[in-house]
Amino acid sequence: MALIVEGKLVEDRWIALGDEAPLPGGDPIIVSLARWRTERDELVGRGGPLGIRLHSDESPAQIADDLKHFELVALEFPAFRDGRAYSYARLLRERYGFGGEVRAVGDVLLEQLLFMHRCGFNAFEISSEHPVDDWVTATSEIGVWYQPTGDGRETIMAMRRARG
Amino acid sequence: MYRYDEFDRRLVDERVEQFRRQVKRRLDGELSEDQFKPLRLLNGLYLQLHAYMLRIAIPYGCLSAIQLRKLAHIGRRYDKGYGHFTTRQNLQFHWIKLEETPDILAELAEVEMHGIQTSGNSFRNTTTDQYAGAAADELEDPRSYCEIIRQWSTLHPEFSFLPRKFKIAVTTTPHDRAAVKVHDIGLRMLRNEAGENGFEVMVGGGLGRTPFVGKVIRDFLPKQHLLSYLEAILRVYNQLGRRDNLFKARIKILVQQTGTEKFAKLVEEEWEQIKDGALQLPREEIERIASYFAPPSYEELDAQVPEFEAKIAENPDFQTWVKTNVFPHKQPGYAIANLSLKPVGGTPGDMSSEQMDAVADLADLYSFGEIRVSHRQNLVLPYVKRADLYSLWEQLSPLGLATPNIGLTSDIICCPGLDYCGLATARSIPIAEEISERFDDLDRLHEIGEVEIKISGCINACGHHHVGHIGILGLDKAGEEFYQLTLGGAADEDASLGKVVGPGFSGDEIVDAVETVLDTYVSIRDEGERFIETFRRVGMAPFKEGLYPK
Repeated sequence: MALIVEGKLVEDRWIALGDEAPLPGGDPIIVSLARWRTERDELVGRGGPLGIRLHSDESPAQIADDLKHFELVALEFPAFRDGRAYSYARLLRERYGFGGEVRAVGDVLLEQLLFMHRCGFNAFEISSEHPVDDWVTATSEIGVWYQPTGDGRETIMAMRRARG
Repeated sequence: MYRYDEFDRRLVDERVEQFRRQVKRRLDGELSEDQFKPLRLLNGLYLQLHAYMLRIAIPYGCLSAIQLRKLAHIGRRYDKGYGHFTTRQNLQFHWIKLEETPDILAELAEVEMHGIQTSGNSFRNTTTDQYAGAAADELEDPRSYCEIIRQWSTLHPEFSFLPRKFKIAVTTTPHDRAAVKVHDIGLRMLRNEAGENGFEVMVGGGLGRTPFVGKVIRDFLPKQHLLSYLEAILRVYNQLGRRDNLFKARIKILVQQTGTEKFAKLVEEEWEQIKDGALQLPREEIERIASYFAPPSYEELDAQVPEFEAKIAENPDFQTWVKTNVFPHKQPGYAIANLSLKPVGGTPGDMSSEQMDAVADLADLYSFGEIRVSHRQNLVLPYVKRADLYSLWEQLSPLGLATPNIGLTSDIICCPGLDYCGLATARSIPIAEEISERFDDLDRLHEIGEVEIKISGCINACGHHHVGHIGILGLDKAGEEFYQLTLGGAADEDASLGKVVGPGFSGDEIVDAVETVLDTYVSIRDEGERFIETFRRVGMAPFKEGLYPK
């Protein structure tokens, strides 16, 4: 599994912490929503970088008021067909103003990377032998868009207006 | 008609090249069929019983003569010389080779066509009135709004992996010819008291295993909010629609399980957050799109056309065709001509490449080069001078495209059924063919009058049987095809779901059963009463008695 963040291949510094695993010192950890709910005080008090992983039936609306505690939100794709997290990513970015890492995990197909990026994901766990090449291909195959999203890409309507 | 600009064109061209690479990876064995399947489905390529089927989008049923010629060419060059028009106003080819699909899509792109999102769990082709732009009773041309929706819904980054497919239909006339009440979203244009046009929004209609008539969730949506409101509906559906069971994944089930009022509230709450954002449609943008659909350069003509009236008087066959196949036009001296793709003994919706070429030529000659596809699987020439109707009819007849049966018993909606489709449980085409043969006598056909027969070869209901005045559903019982008969369905502004009349019929019996139903109707109807009106007046009992005598 390779991790692409902001278009670059990076070493994953985050530990995906099981619900039963002891809390490590100051290492960056990703916890489940369930663990966040039961151990909120310990997790906040610990001081190290904190991330949360949401299943596809867990809306970020449930943590909207807690986002200041997180540097990373990982959104799960249990199967590539399950597209709920596209909406979640847009809500995180566009409604709740989350500025940290939004990571796509699970069944993440190369063909979906561009859709995900447009929705606000900036990190992707992909299975690929040439992750950077695949990233570049996947995000450059289609270069024009009708829909305004929070990613800042210029829409076709804006380009038409600029052209006059 | 809408024409691509450089941005629309670039998107489709890039999409073709992307798919070419994907097909190559599949053919090289880099991708398994499992991995390739979602990719081909995003481009309208299905694997059916005997071959690949490619479904080509015809946005809201509008075709140019140039596009129709290209479809004729593709039929000849890559298929068996014919294509099949569908209830989504699309066209599909049933005998396609995988390795040729990138070339086919490249050829389509040359004429501003593609197969994007004609399958898969995303937005399908937005459909509308086949008489758009020509009907006298429309508030506005619905095509502008369909095109606005087309652009917004094409490769939508958030909504390309919905729980299930998603269909939107638009009508702007009081009499609904687009079946908007049986769509995931139905939009019906209304004028409010201030004289502004907007949309009544319906959700959760649909056919399939669990049919529903759509529910109104907003009485009046101002036009500039069209896209933000759609986005709000889709965002609610994308998050809450069921993904655990394929058969419960359509929005209709979510609406039903949530309750219409609560669903509407969820949508309104979401919409409040986004309605004043980037999706607002400035009036200039609506007008810019509408300018593509400006009326053609009509001649100033008298409403009375003596030579046309004379031809009607002297030629009864022409008179019959005009009576059923010609529809009034908003422009004086013009008419809307329907071309029936339901010849006696033919497959509903099929058209040969030769016929396509000929119709393209006729469209150039008589209809400003424009053709429409109706959801009832017929074609329309929308802008014909009344004075030209006779010449048009004379040329359509030898092509087999002048069957005077629009809206009558043999104008049947029919899915491809077990002759092609991997999901089907029974054949549907042979039943349609047999019905049209049984009712090949024109006097009888016209005596019976307006009736809609709709046939599906399985419970997925692609043939819309639930909303047929007479619906036929083909099933499999212990290896034998048998057919369930429903009565009383309708897809228009008075939409209703048909009810099963009783025990099913074998393939040998079903056409007799249809005949019995129609004979019963003729014997009990009041004067001038259409089949559906008689049914609503008398209910099921007299038909039951006729079908199952004690």
